Amino acid sequence: MNARDGLQLAMYTGALMALTPWLGGHILRAANGERHLLSRFLLPVERLIYRTAGVAPDEEMRWTQYALSVVWFNGMGLVLLLVLQMLQEYLPLNPQGLPSPSWHLALNTAVSFATNTNWQAYSGEATMSYLTQSLGFTVQNFLSAATGVAVLLALTRGLVRRSTRTLGNFWADLVRTTLHLFLPLSVLLAVVLVSQGVVQNLSPSAEATTLEHAHQVIPLGPAASQIAIKQLGTNGGGFFGTNSAHPFENPTPLSNFLEMLAILLIPSALCSTYGHMVGSRRQGWAIWTVMMLLFLAGLGLALWAEHQPNPALGGLPNLEGKETRFGIANSVLWATATTGASNGSVNAMHDSFSPLGGLVPLVNILLGEVVFGGVGAGLYGMLMFVVLTVFMAGLLVGRTPEYLGKKVEAREVRLAMIAVLAPCAIVLVSAAAAAVVPAGTGSLNNAGPHGLSEILYAFASMTNNNGSAFGGLHAATPFYDLVGALCMLLGRFAVIVPVLALAGGMASKKVSPASTGTLRTDGGLFMILLVGVVIIVGALTFLPVLTLGPVIEHLLMLQGRVF
Amino acid sequence: MRTPSSLLDPGLLKAAGSSAFRKLDPRVQWANPVMFVTELGAVLCTLAVAGNLLVGSWDGFDLQATLWLWFTVFFASFAEALAEGRGKAQAESLKRARTQATARRLQNDREECVAATELQKGDVVVCEAEDIIPADGEVIEGIATVDESAITGESAPVIRESGGDRSAVTGGTRVISDRIVIRVTSEKGNTFLDRMITMVEGAQRQRTPNEIALGQLLLGLTAAFVLAVFTLPAFTHYSAAAGGKPDAAPLSLVVLVCLLVCLIPTTIGGLLSAIGISGIDRLIRRNVMATSGRAVEAAGDIDVLLLDKTGTITLGSRRAAAFLPAPGLTPNQLADAAQLASLADATPEGRSIVVLAKEGFNLRGREVAAPHAKFVPFTAQTRMSGVDLPGSDGQPTRRIRKGAASAVRTFVESQGGQFPGEVAAAVDEVARQGGTPLVVAENGRVLGVIQLKDVVKGGIKERFARLRRMGIRTVMITGDNPLTAAAIAAEAGVDDFMAQATPEDKLARIRDEQARGHLVAMTGDGTNDAPALAQADVGVAMNTGTQAAREAGNMVDLDSNPTKLIEIVEIGKQLLTTRGALTTFSIANDVAKYFAILPAMFGGLYAVNAARPGPLSALNLMHLATPQSAILSAVIFNALIIIALIPLALRGVRYRPLGATAVLRRNLFVYGLGGLAAPFVGIKLLDLLITCLGIA
Amino acid sequence: MKTIVTALRLLLVLTLLTGVIYPLMVTGIAKTCFAKQAEGSLIRCQGVIIGSELIAQSFTNEACFWPRPSSADFATVPSGASNQGPTNRDLKRAIGERAARYRDAQVPADLLLASGSGLDPHISPEAARFQMSRVTRARRLTPGQQRRLESLVEQSIEPPQLGILGEPRVNVLKLNLALDSL
Repeated sequence: MNARDGLQLAMYTGALMALTPWLGGHILRAANGERHLLSRFLLPVERLIYRTAGVAPDEEMRWTQYALSVVWFNGMGLVLLLVLQMLQEYLPLNPQGLPSPSWHLALNTAVSFATNTNWQAYSGEATMSYLTQSLGFTVQNFLSAATGVAVLLALTRGLVRRSTRTLGNFWADLVRTTLHLFLPLSVLLAVVLVSQGVVQNLSPSAEATTLEHAHQVIPLGPAASQIAIKQLGTNGGGFFGTNSAHPFENPTPLSNFLEMLAILLIPSALCSTYGHMVGSRRQGWAIWTVMMLLFLAGLGLALWAEHQPNPALGGLPNLEGKETRFGIANSVLWATATTGASNGSVNAMHDSFSPLGGLVPLVNILLGEVVFGGVGAGLYGMLMFVVLTVFMAGLLVGRTPEYLGKKVEAREVRLAMIAVLAPCAIVLVSAAAAAVVPAGTGSLNNAGPHGLSEILYAFASMTNNNGSAFGGLHAATPFYDLVGALCMLLGRFAVIVPVLALAGGMASKKVSPASTGTLRTDGGLFMILLVGVVIIVGALTFLPVLTLGPVIEHLLMLQGRVF
Repeated sequence: MRTPSSLLDPGLLKAAGSSAFRKLDPRVQWANPVMFVTELGAVLCTLAVAGNLLVGSWDGFDLQATLWLWFTVFFASFAEALAEGRGKAQAESLKRARTQATARRLQNDREECVAATELQKGDVVVCEAEDIIPADGEVIEGIATVDESAITGESAPVIRESGGDRSAVTGGTRVISDRIVIRVTSEKGNTFLDRMITMVEGAQRQRTPNEIALGQLLLGLTAAFVLAVFTLPAFTHYSAAAGGKPDAAPLSLVVLVCLLVCLIPTTIGGLLSAIGISGIDRLIRRNVMATSGRAVEAAGDIDVLLLDKTGTITLGSRRAAAFLPAPGLTPNQLADAAQLASLADATPEGRSIVVLAKEGFNLRGREVAAPHAKFVPFTAQTRMSGVDLPGSDGQPTRRIRKGAASAVRTFVESQGGQFPGEVAAAVDEVARQGGTPLVVAENGRVLGVIQLKDVVKGGIKERFARLRRMGIRTVMITGDNPLTAAAIAAEAGVDDFMAQATPEDKLARIRDEQARGHLVAMTGDGTNDAPALAQADVGVAMNTGTQAAREAGNMVDLDSNPTKLIEIVEIGKQLLTTRGALTTFSIANDVAKYFAILPAMFGGLYAVNAARPGPLSALNLMHLATPQSAILSAVIFNALIIIALIPLALRGVRYRPLGATAVLRRNLFVYGLGGLAAPFVGIKLLDLLITCLGIA
Repeated sequence: MKTIVTALRLLLVLTLLTGVIYPLMVTGIAKTCFAKQAEGSLIRCQGVIIGSELIAQSFTNEACFWPRPSSADFATVPSGASNQGPTNRDLKRAIGERAARYRDAQVPADLLLASGSGLDPHISPEAARFQMSRVTRARRLTPGQQRRLESLVEQSIEPPQLGILGEPRVNVLKLNLALDSL
């Protein structure tokens, strides 16, 4: 850790903080259909989309209808993506003539992109045609991200509205988020990335003859357009197999900085949007601060761990799997950001991180992706923790708990517990299964405790819709494809449905005015308690298995043991 | 009613012990998922130990651990039984009051003797001295003194009379003097006494909303920990194989159950129902009867409090505050006359005039004793009282009168005197300031005005300040005019007031506050309070009040003390705080338990050879002696902490009227950090003890 | 049913927008403004593509600077990393083998540890300086050429971008291309 590392981290958090209120305000205007910088061009497009699709944007939906729309829309996106992959070899824009993937890989991938997970059991340049990547993956990158934001908007309306039963219109939320938020930012980011060297074309791979007269295939394709949205939409599915470590995805430190910023930008800005919507910007900043504290805590530990030499490998620094242009600091920063958010893109191989350096991304994911988290998903996940914290705090101060003036009662606690604990349960059960069946352990790339970490990381990542991996795990097997697909689906919708149900219930409640007996939910004490609840509820159940994975590996590494 | 039930009363402990055994029935435990899981674990371990015994293998550790698991369940049941036991003891004493006495029923003007249990609603009965009142009812004729100590514990008899707000009588109480005729108002088996008995016995205890919500939280945590623990064999299986010893001793069932029971929130799970029961118990011991636990909990959430002025904020009577003499007179002269006129006046107002004259002007009631003084009592006709002093030395008789301005004006003018304009102005001024003016006159001459003021109870301002710090707004309700009301409101420090309030106004105000999201509490005693009491979220009826009021409210204060509401609110808050504190404590405990059990379970993994412990023994921060003693210490700590916290559960966490943030900070510090640290110390001490005794 | 129809129609419309119009629009802008980068920053020598300045290629010739190890042996389709963990026996062995190639005790770590992409075009400045003596020996450089080599290496060090971002680094392909000018 040197001064420049510190400066880069400060620049990163500073830029994030500075852009948050600005973008937060923009998202608010976009979500409400208000005018903004580009609305002159985009509003006609929006109206055209409504007309073509037959959507009545002002039609209010109850939570059940909203949830149903979410499920149908994502379900259909999933099917379309599946069909697209299975027919890939017969479809155009496939200059390398790639065959269609196996059905289970295609299913896993379709689920993965439709749930904003973007777990990749394949290597993009060797498996998927340009058509599949653009018409399938890029589209789902937009739509699964917009779904997350829409669900957050619905939840927020549920918290704010009084004595009503409706949460807004899913179609309108989806279209506005896609059109006014993701598209303009993606175009901007994509063009800047191309200027740094990210490829963007529809040409077949280039054939080169190297200086040592070897034949080298240089893969090309429409990468920048997909990378921009995969970062902004916390998707993370790379155009190339090694994701943002690949020089064509992330060629320079500046592209790296912008891509990292894009990971957390919208999740962070949504905190500000949330503050606007609930009528108290402090509420938004309070949640932002909690997320930032959790982020910095993880970052600090990971930075420290990665800067320690590895005694098991003769005291070498931890450079395996890291790119020279990024170094340790940017690799760790990226890893912390991408797992805090449910992005899952990587610019260094998490599998090769030091045990504790790898523990931090793993724990970030296990907490349920709430350290900024996925676009929309992070904040609605965090709000479930807020509900639980409000409940605990309410008990501690001797008053029926209230959040934003609304009583938190048994139904809310039940739904929040489901949303928080369902992913925990899925991860534990699926990882335990993989740890004992040969189909699970057969895919491991590392022996010893690190293998257990690979399994745990895989199911944590899929269930919590992150998508990054301890990439050594050979995931393109029927077992991992199918169990993983189930995990991703459950992990996505076992959270979204309770969240929307909670929103529906909250919308119909009355608001009690605050008094001095009401606990402030934007004060320092509440924030500390929230941090505690996230860590305790999110991580306590994983402590034993983490002990058997990264913790014991760390202790063994200090003894110089290898496996 | 005020049964002194110390926690350590041997009788109670014994009864609770045997009741706790009956509660071990799984069908009883089913209601409480945390303890049900614990019991299930204990059963599984028992089977495992028994199975081992059958095949002839014997493990002292397994047996001890299993026993402590059973103790854990037993202690939780014991806590609940103990809380119930205190109620039961009180119920017994109440049941003694529910006599099988006969009632003297009046039918067609004829008296007949029937069993009290035969009485129907609407029957009319007669009670005379020494009769036990056979059922709840309303006095429709007569006045009597009644001994209500069986219910209130208060030995001083109270007056019950027909009409007005003191007409309700309670079955089981005893008439001491006089004769009253009572109309029975309650159905058989549903008398006030019956409801009280049900309440204290806790037989029909419904879980309160927050208790249900907390139950959901605990259920979720328990489910998560069940998964976390029972997936461990799979992960351990992998680790043992990866460490090169696939056949290393697998995790035994007993150890897994021990870990599970230590992790699930048994502390709060075990004490949850005891806390709820004891909340009601604490109310009862403050002589408040609640119709449901829900009402008690709602009391903790109250943020608007409607209070009647009279009797709550002010003393029931007014006091003389100043003498305002007529032009040409000194205050001294006025005071002297006023004192003379009031010497025989036994009302609190009259006495206060004497006292003020004595203290303010050093006048003593000296020549009062004059044998010829003739006191004129207050009558509805004259609306004045006073004294006639025969003139000595040929003076004419001094006829001193005091009374309302209009009455005195009539009196003075009938004597040929004038009512000076200055005095009339003073009268208006006093009224404007919220006081009551009394005019004093001697024969045809007006002497001046006595200012009577409502006296705000001592310490009431502090109580309202305390309420404000708790986040509760107080609204004073009075029939006074707005000026008077404002003056008293300012003096008492209430947040708001309603002047010239009619019962309809009260009801409307409550609805209005509720519509704005407030939870409203009020006290009342009269029949016309009944709708408002029913509408309020917490309605506390005075026991001295009418039957209608007692039926409408969801609590009855047997002491009829309007400021009791403050205590009720505090008990409601205590109830929640205690649950929150123990939940926090319970969850915080898990950290230390992990540090005790995980190294013990996994210490052997990846060990190079049997002599050197595996790497995870580095996590044995407490340096516990052996894996067995570590696990046993954690389980014993987990069981004993339930016993140790029973007094806290029954007494409740002390409530401090600070802002929410300050309370949270305090409770987090004590129960969060305390919960983090306590088990480290406790488990280490137990480990030392176990090692000393050599039992593991 | 209405929901299903709306979902399908909207899906198709948005697919057109984000899956066709958006990538084509970005491609159009990219080709107009940054044609070279958009096509892969290719380096041509007399019309023949000899590689991309962003993609590492294998060098085994002692007279050239060697890039970082690539666990996929510089394969580009698919690219890959070792994904070997910190306690991986195979990684320990590989490090030993790589160190042996350099016949030196103090090899800079980035030359012993594989990159994340397997195509890392850069090495650290230390790694470049470390290899100078081997290149000098292999090319039998005169002391004058050796000084020029030293200054060439120093000039080829790319500083952190904007003075702050990233690590100082040396592009191996470009350095090796420049060696011919010695």
